[in-house]
Amino acid sequence: MSLFNVIDVAGSAMNAQSVRLNVTSSNLANAGSVSGDPEKVYRSRQPIFESFQQSLADQSGIAGVRMTGIVESSAPLQMRYQPDHPEADEDGNVYVSNVNNVAEMVNMLSASRSYKNNVEIINTTKDLLMHTLSLGR
Amino acid sequence: MEIKALALHENALRVRAHRNEVLASNIANADTPNYKARDLDFAAALKGARNQTISLTKTSDMHQEAWGTSRSVGKLMYRVPVQPTLDGNTVEADVEQAKFSENAVQYRASLAFLDGQIRSLKFAIKGGD
Repeated sequence: MSLFNVIDVAGSAMNAQSVRLNVTSSNLANAGSVSGDPEKVYRSRQPIFESFQQSLADQSGIAGVRMTGIVESSAPLQMRYQPDHPEADEDGNVYVSNVNNVAEMVNMLSASRSYKNNVEIINTTKDLLMHTLSLGR
Repeated sequence: MEIKALALHENALRVRAHRNEVLASNIANADTPNYKARDLDFAAALKGARNQTISLTKTSDMHQEAWGTSRSVGKLMYRVPVQPTLDGNTVEADVEQAKFSENAVQYRASLAFLDGQIRSLKFAIKGGD
């Protein structure tokens, strides 16, 4: 029964969105963390999504989501002059992580709404399947 | 044996189930860059499903007549977005959700028709309740 594929597809999307939610919470937790060494500062991380099909020749239009990796943002770090900071370098500067709080909040909302959409899809499809099973009774 | 009375709604149900999968894929890929939303042309797909019956080759008169249908063969088309996004994704969540629930209701309708026909056939076979 082809409706069962829907559960796999929506499940893959839920998996991807929950990874995104994890990454976002990690970014928010590390927002504002500082270091004297620009190489060691926490950089904002973003997951990369990709749609995939069972095969390229597949014309059925069914495509799940998978994550191909997590990249670190290359946005510039903020430099702050704070000579009394224990982590400050010889010039008295510390570097602040490049996490964008507003963008991360948007990411969080978007991920949770997408997750909910997919839960709804599974519920609706399950409902349709159950009705199909009781056909003719 | 093909029961003609059930054939139309059976095909409709198959096409609806396929459309359900396509729309679910669209919603699943709502945040995937460069994903292009797709949809099924229901009328064309139903026509294709009705004309696509596979029958077995018989090599003896003793063989029973058998038939089956393959997967719905509707052509997938790309959705034209109302507001294209910068990341090349053409899924508009609200449009897809509306289509998805529309399709779910129509699937239910096909099920109800099929159910009614099965009941009336049963009624006819038994000659009453």
